[in-house]
Amino acid sequence: MNIIAILIPVALLLGALGLAAFIWSIRTGQYDDLDGAARRILIDDDPADPPAEQ
Amino acid sequence: MVEVALHTPTAGSKRGAPVLSSDLALRAVPMGEDEHALNLLVEGVHCANCIARIERTLNARDDVTEARVNFSTRRLYVRWRGVADVAREIVDSVEALGYGAIPFDPDILASQGSEESTALLRAMGVAGFAAANVMLLSISVWAGLWSDMDATTRDFLHWLSAVIALPAIAYSGRPFFRSALAALRGGHTNMDVPISLAVILAAAVSLVETIGGGVHAYFDASITLLFFLLVGRYLDLRARAEARRSAERLLLLRATSALVETEDGSLSYIAVEDLSPDMVVRVAPGERFPVDGKIMRGETDIDASLVTGESEPQTAGQGISVFAGTMNLNAPVAVRVGRTGEDTLLAEIVRLIEDAEQGRARFVRFADRVARWYAPAVHILAAATFAGWVIFSVAGWQVALLHAVAVLIITCPCALGLAVPVVQVVASGRLLKRGILLRSGDALERLAAIDTVVFDKTGTLTMGRPVLTNYDEIPDDCHAVARDLASASLHPLSRAVQTAFGSGEPPADAREVAGCGVTATINGVTWRLGKRDWCGAAQRPAKGTGSELWLSRDGKPVAGFAFDDDVRPDAARTIDALMARGFRIELLSGDRCEVVDRVGDALGITKRRGGVSPTDKVARLRELEAKGCCVLMVGDGLNDAPALAAAHASMSPASAADISQIQADLVFQGDRLEPVMTALSVGARANRLTMQNVGLAILYNAIAVPFAMAGFVTPLVAAVAMSSSSLLVTTNALRLKRADPSETQ
Repeated sequence: MNIIAILIPVALLLGALGLAAFIWSIRTGQYDDLDGAARRILIDDDPADPPAEQ
Repeated sequence: MVEVALHTPTAGSKRGAPVLSSDLALRAVPMGEDEHALNLLVEGVHCANCIARIERTLNARDDVTEARVNFSTRRLYVRWRGVADVAREIVDSVEALGYGAIPFDPDILASQGSEESTALLRAMGVAGFAAANVMLLSISVWAGLWSDMDATTRDFLHWLSAVIALPAIAYSGRPFFRSALAALRGGHTNMDVPISLAVILAAAVSLVETIGGGVHAYFDASITLLFFLLVGRYLDLRARAEARRSAERLLLLRATSALVETEDGSLSYIAVEDLSPDMVVRVAPGERFPVDGKIMRGETDIDASLVTGESEPQTAGQGISVFAGTMNLNAPVAVRVGRTGEDTLLAEIVRLIEDAEQGRARFVRFADRVARWYAPAVHILAAATFAGWVIFSVAGWQVALLHAVAVLIITCPCALGLAVPVVQVVASGRLLKRGILLRSGDALERLAAIDTVVFDKTGTLTMGRPVLTNYDEIPDDCHAVARDLASASLHPLSRAVQTAFGSGEPPADAREVAGCGVTATINGVTWRLGKRDWCGAAQRPAKGTGSELWLSRDGKPVAGFAFDDDVRPDAARTIDALMARGFRIELLSGDRCEVVDRVGDALGITKRRGGVSPTDKVARLRELEAKGCCVLMVGDGLNDAPALAAAHASMSPASAADISQIQADLVFQGDRLEPVMTALSVGARANRLTMQNVGLAILYNAIAVPFAMAGFVTPLVAAVAMSSSSLLVTTNALRLKRADPSETQ
């Protein structure tokens, strides 16, 4: 049974890490623009290159 | 709602009335030492490319330090080094890309909504974390009950659960506790009272059990319940925030200032709200009149189609009254601001809307109606369980309380709290995909009851703009001249000529004569494009039934152009499909009867009336209502606004007057009429799913509550029953995601 003395803290720690990550993601505004985030992946960003069209 | 409304019903002003530079510089917010920031609402962003083009163009400027488009809210945030006046250049460069850009003050647009949603999201995260971990421990306990777990280990796991669950409940439960407390203070009850009671009692009883070394701890049920309900609450908030955002967007599109002549002859910009009677306002061609008043100087044609439904422009000269929201077509005029009192057209419309809205306020959402009897019923059942166990059993009050808590947990309104918001969110997402904005949260429910659809004509069934009908009859050599002359004018008919022949270069000496047309001399030949008698023509163009325009060369007519306000391309099909589904269709228009008859005949609408005033429209809707009909009003004009407010549900095209869009429950984009069909169909399906979910919830309660009252519900059973019922109703709600053939014709 001693194994739970290790496993339970490990489980809690992992859970707490997840929670901390979630709260961090809210703080940094990652849920502010869900639709935009889905589309931004399609943008080729090459900052060195000025916009090709115009 | 109404007082926001509306000094200026200026639809279509998105591109027509430019925002003034002075305004823009004022909207820029100083940031730090030498930086400024500007918040803009951008119109027309619809893909990744749009985001990239705007951001790249702005970031390419040396002074811009940050430019970010928020796609969900269609907002653009720009920060730059330098003076506030750069704002003008920023807006210009966004507009040059083809997007509309309107500055707004983020403080005015309710930001507390997003704070609330962030707080809920955080509460949801904490509850989710606690629920998962407590469930992990609880499963060990349940497994141990069948094997050989000793009491010490069980108590240890219970204590651990308590340490996780209690702070989490205290933190995540606050939205419910607060609302329940407010309700109790006000002397009534709402859904949050039984929820709070269940969560708090379950936690308290479990704590007592844990301290006493008992078997029954409901920490898992308590925190899981909270988690599910928070998910529902969050979705509900998001759906409502979405509706509010589209309402705000409309408010922002209003023109904000007017050009006023002061006594010494100088000109200055004044906010429309600050205009007072007898001020003199200058209105350029292409602008909408900001106020009601009388023309002092100048003569022009006025397009009143958004205000009265009248499709043909009227000529107005000195001393003629003009109404806010009508468009000045050809010449600059000076207008003396009329009395802002009760007798202006706008005041009349606003008063009608206020009257009409009182009827609307009586509508109570289905979820609230259910909650009215559900909450007391839950309390009574739990109290009865407690009383029954105390009276008829020797087990003691602790056991009685335990069973009462089990009843509270089992009856908790997951179907209402979770499944109804899920249906809302999925439905509004579906509508949005088809270009329909849901502007009020309960509109979907009201749509489901509709059996009669009343249409306005101009701008609703028709496109609201004339289209050339006799292209083939126009001699080829006239095309270029007509095109060039037409491009010197903003008149709807001139625009129609440009649509047909392409836009040209206005001749150097082109001159617009109000009430007549455009004239110019090209290579020694005098050309005129305008009214029939002005161009010397005798009869109508061969095919003409609607508006007409003539082209004359040195006084001799050479070509007659016939126009019609085209019906929307799919209007006939949509009307047929609606009739096939059993909806009664009516047509109420402010336009002349013969035009209304023509459109009615073309679309097969037999119940129709022309020349109807805004008051008459409302009266007709009341009449229908008295007969027991549930009416969906579809209209776009200022004259439709009271009717839109009076109808059971209402829709406007995105080209409608702002005041009408603000009154409408749904706003649809595009040239097609099909969205009416789609909205009705989605509303009906959403309603069906809501009913099913409530039915499922009642069925589940009918089975589970007797067991709970009899004391058979252990923590394990409560957790399984609750989770499975939540999953069931949510999955059922998600069925709305599937396409349905009834949404299209």
